[in-house]
Formats: sequence, C-alpha cells, structure tokens
Amino acid sequence: MEANMNTVFERPKSLKDTDFHFCPGCHHGILHRLVAEAIDYYDLQDDTIGVASVGCSVFMYNYFDIDVVEAPHGRAPAVATGVKRVHNDKIVFSIQGDGDLAAIGTAEIIHTANRGENITIIFVNNTTYGMTGGQMAPTTLLGQVTTTSPYGRDFRQDGYPIRMAEMLATLEGAAYVCRVAVNKPANILKAKRAVREAFRMQKEQMGFTFVEILSACPTDWKMTPADACKRIGEEMIPYFPLGVFKHRKIADHL
Amino acid sequence: MKKTLIKGNEAVAMGALDAGCRCYFGYPITPQNEIPEYLSRHLPEQGGTFIQAESEVASINMVLGASAAGARVMTSSSSPGISLKQEGISYLAGSELPAVIVNMSRSSPGLGGISASQADYWQAVKGGGHGDYRVIVLAPASVQELYTLTCQAFDFADRYRNPVMILGDAMLGQMKEPVLRKPPEKGALPAKPWALTGKKGRAANVVKSLYLGEGELEAHIWKLEEKYERIRRELVLYESMDLEDAELIVVAFGTAARISMSAVRAARGQGLRVGLIRPISLFPFPEEVLCRASRNTPAFLTVELNTGQMVEDVRLAVSNGARVHFYGRPCGAGSLPTPGEILQRIRTLCEPSHGPGQERPHGSEHEHRV
Repeated sequence: MEANMNTVFERPKSLKDTDFHFCPGCHHGILHRLVAEAIDYYDLQDDTIGVASVGCSVFMYNYFDIDVVEAPHGRAPAVATGVKRVHNDKIVFSIQGDGDLAAIGTAEIIHTANRGENITIIFVNNTTYGMTGGQMAPTTLLGQVTTTSPYGRDFRQDGYPIRMAEMLATLEGAAYVCRVAVNKPANILKAKRAVREAFRMQKEQMGFTFVEILSACPTDWKMTPADACKRIGEEMIPYFPLGVFKHRKIADHL
Repeated sequence: MKKTLIKGNEAVAMGALDAGCRCYFGYPITPQNEIPEYLSRHLPEQGGTFIQAESEVASINMVLGASAAGARVMTSSSSPGISLKQEGISYLAGSELPAVIVNMSRSSPGLGGISASQADYWQAVKGGGHGDYRVIVLAPASVQELYTLTCQAFDFADRYRNPVMILGDAMLGQMKEPVLRKPPEKGALPAKPWALTGKKGRAANVVKSLYLGEGELEAHIWKLEEKYERIRRELVLYESMDLEDAELIVVAFGTAARISMSAVRAARGQGLRVGLIRPISLFPFPEEVLCRASRNTPAFLTVELNTGQMVEDVRLAVSNGARVHFYGRPCGAGSLPTPGEILQRIRTLCEPSHGPGQERPHGSEHEHRV
C-alpha cells in the first residue's frame, strides 16, 4: 500500500528544520509558515531576500533558509528598498511588527509604499510590543491594559489605534493592501491566499504589496492561546476589519 | 589630460561615479546639494539608482540594504543630517558593510549655520553612533583631493568591509578649483561572497549585527577590533611640510590646513622655522608620525575650525615633554580664521618676546604640556 501514500502536509522547503522560539500560542509560527509556503509555491527560495526587522520577527534568519539582512528598528522598508534597487529580479520581503511599522517606522513604510517599491511587507498586528514585554503599541485598542497603559489606553492620553492597511491603501503607489487574521482555520486559509497573492504580484512587478495579519500574543495579553484567538475575533476584527483595501489588477506603467 | 574647474561637491559626485558607485540615497541639506543634484542627473545614465529619500534616516538604511546586496553605495549630508544617519552607520559597522558617507560639515550645534566648520571631528572620529566601532575618516583639503579620496574611499570600504566617511566642510564643498579627473584603473570590483544575491548554489547568507549567544558578541567585537588594528597599521595618510629644522609644527586638517599652510609659508618667509603636519586620515590618526616628529620638535600648534577637538588626539600622540598649543575658532558666518591670525600665533610661539601684539586674535587659545 505504500505506493499509494501521498504527502499532504510537510515542512515547507524554505523553512529550516528547527523549532520556533516563539511563545506557546504565538501566531508568528503560522505566518512564517504562510510566507514559506508562498515562496515554495512559486519556487522562489533561491531568489528571495528577507529583511529582518526588530522585534520578535528579528530571528527570521533562524527559520527561513534564504538570504537575510537585519534592519534597524522601523527601517526594514528602507533597507528592503536598497536591496531591491540593486536586485530588481529578486523577491524582497520583510515581516514587521506594529511597533516597528506603525510607530518608529511610520515614515519609512509610508514612503516605501508611496514610491511603489516592488516589495512585500507582512505586517504583524498583535496590538502590543511583544519582544520588549507588552508595552502599548500604536495599534493597542482603546481600554486595553498594557505595561505602559496600566489604566487602559485612553484616547485623551494616547490617541487612537492606527489602521495601517486603510491608510496605506490611500497611496497611489500601493498595489495590494489587505488585512487578514490567523485566529481560526478559515481565516488562516484566507491569509494564505493573501500572502501568496502578494508574492505573485511582486513576482509580476506589480508594485508595493502589504498584508496585515491580526495575530495573538498570548504571553503579553496574559491569556491562554484559545482565549487569545477568541479576542482577535471579538475585539480586534470589529476595530480592524478584514478585507482587501486595494488590489491593482495590472502593473502601473506610465 | 585637461583639468576642469569644478565645485568640491561635484568632485565628490564625479569621484563616486568613477569609482563604480551606482547607488546613491540622500536627503537635501545645504551645503552639499550639488552632490545629489549631480548624481540624480548622471546615475541613471549609468544604469544606476538615485533615490531622494524621505529622510536621512531612510537614506542611510537604503545604503545599508544596497550595500548588503553587494553594490558600491554612497550617501552624503551635512552635520545635522549626519547626526540622523548615525544609527545606520553603527549598524553598517556592526554588520561589516562597506559604504561611503560624505559629511560636508557646517557650523553647529543644533541648526547652527551653513558656513564651514570642523566641529564634527569628534562625531566622525570617535564613533558618532552607539557601540564599540570605528569609521575610516578621510579629510580632503582641496577639490582635487575630494575627487581622489572619494574614489579611494570605495576601495577602502570594500577592502575592510567598513563604512568610510569623507569629512569635508562647506568651504571645500562650495569652492571651485581645477581638477584632473583621472578615474582609477577599471578593474573588476572586488568579489563579495558575503553579499545577498539569493542563495542559489550556496548556503544562505545572513548580514546582521545581533549576537545574543554566550560569548558571541564579545568574539564579534574583538574581530572588529582586530580589523581596526589592521586599519591603523595599513591606512595612515598624511602630508608634511618643512619638518626637518622646525621649531614649531602646526597640525591641521582640511580647510584649517589650507589656511595654516599659507601661514606657515609666510612664517618661513619671515625666517621662522615652522613646519606642518596635515592628517589626511583622521581615523586612523597619524599618531606615529606626530610621535616621531615630537622627538625633534617638542612644540606643536593645532589649528582647527572649532574650540579644540583634534588637539586631544595630538596631545595623546606626541611624546612626553612636548608642548601642544591650540588656536581655533568656532565657525559661523564671518568667523573663518585668516592666515594672518595664525601667523601671529606662530610668531608669538616662535619668538616669545614678540608678544601677542596689537591685533588680538578672535580665537580660543590654550596650551597644554604633555
């Protein structure tokens, strides 16, 4: 019967055979896998260059078996721009957290999108600074208690959570902007399609592609992994609606 | 070959092009705008990349990316912009990435002014950004040298996998002089097996500066230090003038050296035995040269366009017993010292009986016995 056995699930080729260091219930592992699957789907492992951002995502090079350069905090889109302008024929991407992308790196992400750099950014929105121990992020929800918003985020003190996908979708340079979640299997499948679409579009020189992924940080949320997934559905998605905000169908040529 | 009359900033841009630089990322700031303006016109002709970035911070990080990808890459700015680039320069050094950074420095602190200044000496030579690292610093004193040293800077950067800074100033960047544009031999650029090109046919390359494992960072920093030691041995550049019989040696770099040279020539004309040492590489600093010179001539006058920065390195370099004097002025509009001011200082030091005279210099003076 052995001859009839098909492999239906295996480690993507672009991921190294090593354990993730991420906390139990953290969604980074899932989204790393989604990215690796997209790279493998288009057979891009030898042609992909990753940019490691600062945060839990920095250890990208421990997991992806691809060339990687490490960027300073918030600067991954600028570093990716430099790489891409040298190797226009390579696939260049970064995975950035919400502190990295929506606070310290706001200028870089906006201008990289606006230039229409042909790169892919995977934006991990977990409403907190994970690596530094759960401080308030620009995406922290109103009322959410963090180590630096101990009374709950108050708009009078800290303003409002930023909706990055909606904001970037207003820029002409952006080719694909969407928000997905990985809190349940149905959403993971949609997220997988979104990540694959972003890589396809980059491969076809369509311009800047951006996938925001609502993710759990059970450790800093002080929740069980199951409750953390529930919170994404009940609290995050109502404020950060899932969907495609921009989807260019053809490359933008003058 | 004919010389052409060009601005210092244009000479830098031409030097970069002739050295094979095909990527430039920058942000406008006076007094260095001719560099990006020239390259925005001429890089596309060569199939290169020019990006006017959203900030100095973004531009130095584009430099980091392009360098990691294996390209010869440059950015330029002036003092306040160079402060913003320091984060990226620290990452470049930590990740052992070659790059050329030009500082056409202007008067500061803060917004300061737009006139020539050497107040960024410490920032350039002593680190600037966070961490235990060194940047190779070259200080041209003419438009010709701006061209030649920019060409060489790319070779040094690649040879040592280290950032190289060209430390000019508003005067050098803005003045016009005849330049012989003699491009370096067009050989193949050095191989960069560490660069990111996609891992086809080899193991994945990682360019990083984060080392969390037990003892990893210490080993990395010692490796960097060994490299800096090699740079100290191999890369010292300087010019000297009239040292043989000198009773006093003027030490100055860049624009201050140009002004000092006129003063030294005038002093010689008056029979005063004065020499000059002009450090061209500020890191590595010509310590040995100064130390040797101090055995014959134990009196120095350091001249700078600031209140006294390089003078500290001169004091550290000279042998025991040498006297190190300082003359300098913090620069703003109308504050550039004249050769006459420096000559007067030289006369006072060479002929103590001469006294400071009627015409008091504007600058700060101090003496220090080592």
